[in-house]
Amino acid sequence: MADQASFAEAAMEYMPSLYSAALRMTRNPADAEDLVQETYLKAYRAYGRFEEGTNLKAWLYKILTNTFINSYRAKQRRPQMSDVDDVEDLYLFRRLGGSEGAAVGRSAEDEVLDLFTDTEVKEALESLPDTFRMAVLLADVEGFSYKEIADIMEVPIGTVMSRLHRGRKALQKALLEFGRERGLVG
Amino acid sequence: MGEDCGQAIERLYYFLDGELTEDRRVEIRQHLDDCGPCLSAFDFEAELRVMVSMRCRDEVPEALRARVAAAIQAEAQRRSG
Repeated sequence: MADQASFAEAAMEYMPSLYSAALRMTRNPADAEDLVQETYLKAYRAYGRFEEGTNLKAWLYKILTNTFINSYRAKQRRPQMSDVDDVEDLYLFRRLGGSEGAAVGRSAEDEVLDLFTDTEVKEALESLPDTFRMAVLLADVEGFSYKEIADIMEVPIGTVMSRLHRGRKALQKALLEFGRERGLVG
Repeated sequence: MGEDCGQAIERLYYFLDGELTEDRRVEIRQHLDDCGPCLSAFDFEAELRVMVSMRCRDEVPEALRARVAAAIQAEAQRRSG
């Protein structure tokens, strides 16, 4: 079992990523900081039970997610339920990529990376309902597998896949709105 | 787009998520070798993924690091006291 004295050395390196996740979840810097602190304290107390050699990052994220759900989620203003039935596959690609993109003046060299600002991407993600938001954040920002996400969110893998699929559609819809505002879309 | 394209697109996310079996991955890679439009779409979605990951970064306030370190220290002392 892990030794608490080595906790800081092992766990502190994940703070930037946990902090970003906390910001996306709480959408409030003060709450995000409190959530991170609470998470680290809980993790420290439980560290004796952590099995060394297993996935520390996933273990920390589980504590973060549970703490968010139990202590912070209730006080949130809920974003509007995202209707993604009108979002077909390749939604953004069909409007911004390939020939569509060329039609509105975007050249092939223009990186997808440069299409949106940090603020726009964060706001787009934060506009999602929280179950979608958490799934997309865990998969696309943090790179966890479906199985890891299922464990972190304590839902079946099928639910993860569904939330991811719908969450990514919702994200593309939100990003397109920013694109429209900036005249990227014909 | 043909039937193969439809299937490739249905599997796009599983492919990018690394959640397909090796057989299915090979099938899709073969299709992408033969289909420019699908390759474009896959590339776009892959780059979008990278963009989301890179843009959702935040600087940790120094004060937060200090608070957390102090809280853990206090807890450690509380336990050994």
